[in-house]
Amino acid sequence: MRVQLSYKEGVLTARLFGEIDHHSAREMREAIDDTAQKLRPYCLRLDFSGVPFMDSSGIGLVLGRVRLCGFWRGHVTLCGLSQNLAKMVDLAGIASVAAIERRAG
Amino acid sequence: MKAVNQAQISFSSNSVNESFGRAATAAFLSQLDPTVADLTDMKTAVSEAVTNAIVHGYKDRMGTVYITAKIFEGGKAVVRVRDKGCGIPDIGQAMEPLFTTGGEERAGLGFAVMQSFCDSVRVTSAVGKGTSVTLTKYFAPKE
Repeated sequence: MRVQLSYKEGVLTARLFGEIDHHSAREMREAIDDTAQKLRPYCLRLDFSGVPFMDSSGIGLVLGRVRLCGFWRGHVTLCGLSQNLAKMVDLAGIASVAAIERRAG
Repeated sequence: MKAVNQAQISFSSNSVNESFGRAATAAFLSQLDPTVADLTDMKTAVSEAVTNAIVHGYKDRMGTVYITAKIFEGGKAVVRVRDKGCGIPDIGQAMEPLFTTGGEERAGLGFAVMQSFCDSVRVTSAVGKGTSVTLTKYFAPKE
């Protein structure tokens, strides 16, 4: 199971597990979209704390979900980014389209 | 300059093999005793190049992806990812950030990531013959 979903008060949280690449991103995308399209959350929270590695497919995954949630004026929040994931997220300029919760300290 | 050590791997262009390609390369390069950050950078760049070979090079069929990793003195690593796929008609355009022919779920950042995470990226391609991406990175000695 690469994605664990939970829903509370309009916020759909997707906890992602394992490495994200072009291969694994597809399964994650399908798992998230299936539920998100039914619930139409105002916030989709992507939790990367269980992701040890990702390439730019992870960025494609985020941008695709930003686009999807835009259909019902929802937004996307990223959290649990390790240092190497944050580097990729910064390079892609994700902060301009999604909220990023940084770790304290 | 002659390589101190080298390894070659090849595998089918099945997307499940993307993780094998980058992990095997990283395992070979770990003998340079790199920092985790440097090794992750190279692993990410290799993942981008392998994905390109699978998604673009062999977009219409299965083929073989070839990786050659070489280690030189002074912590220099050169990784070449090669396919015998369709080739790139316009390399300049393909390397532009956000350009993609891969559809909505591809960010178009593959080459930008390779350039940012490596010291140099060289691409040669011939339409109908294939593409070769050479990634070079100098691994700093651990503090």
